[in-house]
Amino acid sequence: MTVKTADVIIVGGGVHGASSAYELAKAGVRTVLFEKEYLSSGGSGRSAAGLRQHFGTEVNLRMAKYNLSVFPTLEEELDTGMKLEFTQWGYMWVAYSESCMDQLRKNVSLQQSLDIPSVMLTPAEIHERWPYLKLDGILGAAFCGEDGHINPQTLTMAYGHAARRLGAEIRTYTPVAKLLAENGKIKGVVTESGEEWHAPKVLLTAGPWSTPLAATVGVELPVYPERHNILITEPVDVFDCPMVLCLDDGAYFKQCPNGTFMFGRDDQDEPHTTEAGNSAKFLEGVTKSVMKRIPALNGVRVVRQWSGPYDNTPDHNAIIDWTPVEGLLVNCGWSGHGLQFGPSGGRVCKELLLGEKPFVDLHRFRLSRFAENDLFFEPAFI
Amino acid sequence: MAKANVICRCEEIEIDEIRRWIAAGYTEFDELKRILRVGMGPCQGRGCRDIILRELAKATGKPIADVRPGVIRPPVKPIKVKLLAGEGE
Repeated sequence: MTVKTADVIIVGGGVHGASSAYELAKAGVRTVLFEKEYLSSGGSGRSAAGLRQHFGTEVNLRMAKYNLSVFPTLEEELDTGMKLEFTQWGYMWVAYSESCMDQLRKNVSLQQSLDIPSVMLTPAEIHERWPYLKLDGILGAAFCGEDGHINPQTLTMAYGHAARRLGAEIRTYTPVAKLLAENGKIKGVVTESGEEWHAPKVLLTAGPWSTPLAATVGVELPVYPERHNILITEPVDVFDCPMVLCLDDGAYFKQCPNGTFMFGRDDQDEPHTTEAGNSAKFLEGVTKSVMKRIPALNGVRVVRQWSGPYDNTPDHNAIIDWTPVEGLLVNCGWSGHGLQFGPSGGRVCKELLLGEKPFVDLHRFRLSRFAENDLFFEPAFI
Repeated sequence: MAKANVICRCEEIEIDEIRRWIAAGYTEFDELKRILRVGMGPCQGRGCRDIILRELAKATGKPIADVRPGVIRPPVKPIKVKLLAGEGE
């Protein structure tokens, strides 16, 4: 059997794998990416794909700000003919309790210190601006008008398409069976069909599937899956409804640029699995919850629902770090906010793989923080 | 006026566009769905799926039975939000 080689092997064709492949190919690195199904088939393409700069930790904010500087021109840059559907209709976190309001104020103050144009809004200001929202019982909200939406599937596929055009090999429907290491160094991968590929550097960006793959070379990742559900309605007239996230029951909704509405809701009872699954319970719960907030959608029809896995870590922050196996880099554990970090995630992984200094300090994302009990909590997540 | 050969009526996608993306290497229904939204509309591919699968079979030389058909998601038929929320008509 012939062993094939590359400079960098990427395992996982979500947005971070695809954007890393693009960045590496652009830098002239011989890259091959393996994806078990189609690009975006895991958590990336199933995400709600809100773009926000509402985070409560500095490194996430610096990276989020970079993401929002890339998205406006990304469709043109990647030049694939795929429509990324980028919009900036805003993102609003709505608080129903004083403790939430306190946290939102802290977050906004940190965001403003980094020149992110977030503001706190009063209920009256919200009503004046979006009179169709019925947000009874709210105390206020944090809002950033630069934030918005992107199509998570075309984003991932366009990164992959552009990477391929620049010379990267993108192998879809090619699951990796295991990683290979020798004398504490990464050696390559073996696919389920038995192909062996060697490279001095491997980037693991397989979301919740990263954990079992890392374990094949003895690396333990504290990343576990959690199923989340979303639904889409038929399209209605576009009225630029921002992403609205309600911090009492974790419900969110937004209008997509094609006029459809997306509804989602956090549900702690959902299983910790990568298996997709749909329930009527979700449809009932989320529609009740969202109808309270935007009753104008009462007569709109639900067209489609699906589920996908978050790749959670104990502190709901990512892991971007070299592992104890030399040459094995991981980028996973985004805990439900990873899609929008495609641009910055791809950039820092390229920088690490090429031995360059990352544009942000990645110390807080280190893998050893879990063993050291130095967790890094992100206060702005659902 | 030029004739338009619309295959996906929900999203108004013409056969030429589908063929262009197949020629660009996207030979799975699930990939075309995500690039073009075919099969994502209210009819969930009832109109376009079989036609696209035939195009894929032709382009790849595979028997149609071997072309992955993609996923059809619930609900099978669009349902009004107020019915789901238990505020029936």
